[in-house]
Amino acid sequence: MDRIDRRGFLECMAWTGAAVVWTASSGVLSSRLAAPASAAEAPTGAFSFVQISDTHVGFKGQANSDAAATLQQVIDRVNALPSRPAFVLHTGDQTHGQKAGAFDTVAELLKGVKTERVFYVPGEHDVFLDGGKEYLSRYGKGTVDGRGWQSFDYKGTHFVGLVNVLKYKGEGMGSLGQEQIEWLEKDVGGLSGSTPIVVFSHVPLWAVYPQWGWTTEDAERALGYLRRFGSVTVLNGHIHQVVQKVEGTVSFHTAMSTAFPQPAPGSAPAPGPMKIPEAEARRMIGVTEVAYVPGKHPLAVVDSTLG
Amino acid sequence: MTMMNRVSKRSKGTGLAVVLLAAALLAASHAPAASPAAVGIKDFKFAPSPLTVPAGATVTWTNHDEEPHTITSTSGAFGSAGLSNEETFTQTFTRPGTYTYFCALHRHMKATVVVR
Repeated sequence: MDRIDRRGFLECMAWTGAAVVWTASSGVLSSRLAAPASAAEAPTGAFSFVQISDTHVGFKGQANSDAAATLQQVIDRVNALPSRPAFVLHTGDQTHGQKAGAFDTVAELLKGVKTERVFYVPGEHDVFLDGGKEYLSRYGKGTVDGRGWQSFDYKGTHFVGLVNVLKYKGEGMGSLGQEQIEWLEKDVGGLSGSTPIVVFSHVPLWAVYPQWGWTTEDAERALGYLRRFGSVTVLNGHIHQVVQKVEGTVSFHTAMSTAFPQPAPGSAPAPGPMKIPEAEARRMIGVTEVAYVPGKHPLAVVDSTLG
Repeated sequence: MTMMNRVSKRSKGTGLAVVLLAAALLAASHAPAASPAAVGIKDFKFAPSPLTVPAGATVTWTNHDEEPHTITSTSGAFGSAGLSNEETFTQTFTRPGTYTYFCALHRHMKATVVVR
């Protein structure tokens, strides 16, 4: 990875106007441009993908009068990226209240993303009315036993989508359940430790703020099967703000919502939508782009806001 | 009956007032509480809890949060759809008992209706 000094940094920014990606390797920060200037410069095997989260279509509140419109703006932003994402991960809470037609609206809008495929994991807003019946009838196909969890490989990176909103125990936090954890153990058991792993699920897989349910009660058991890998990137949503943590070879990252921000842990009486003007909220909603470059650990994660 | 006979000798206005008073006293001793039984949902909390009501009372929940909530009874006896901001849900409780309920979206939100 090239180390560039301040003058070089400014020259590069002026030249391409692209986002700067900061990555940490062995505790040393270094920077590179998010997208190469030309396709010929991209190392073989490199790819990028996008994480869209918490679209909450149907939401209408102080921070956003039209969640479908801001989702469309995010999609326009994604389509304008210098490098086309290989696929999109939607990390849950597609709709705000599971009202009739909302799932269709989200699906239609996401068809407009210039990408090969969209993968989904559910948020609690997608399953609370019917225990996941509607969500799984739409997005259960191709997942393990139609239960919603799944894994796939892309250019040597192993992706695992987990469901942690269907096994509630009354404490209001995420839960994976024994079956899914046992499946995960088998799913990654045969992989070499040098395989990059990306895990995506709705509720954070680490204890961001348990008092507000911002944790998954049995995530540690799942993570136990992943800690032997040299590069693990965990992508979550649910909390409508970016929070990051690194634990050894595991990098955790939560995404912004495309609809509205939520307060920082403990800074408000409850984790509901922030009641702020739309113009201010635009600076706190957005999308995440993730880039993989062979030989570079961990994956580079870039968040950008709408405003 | 005796009271009514005596009243008929006075002016109409006073007589009417006494009849209304008698009717009100009669009603008050048999009917449920006059004030509506209401639960407000604000900042991810049901209040008041417990809410104590007489048998036959109708309880109205109103969601004051921008986040949707549900009223889902633990026993399955009653349940609401997702309530958007300022939407309401009503339930009439005919049988005495203690009814616990929670929000299906935020499972730590729990409350109780006590029906006497």
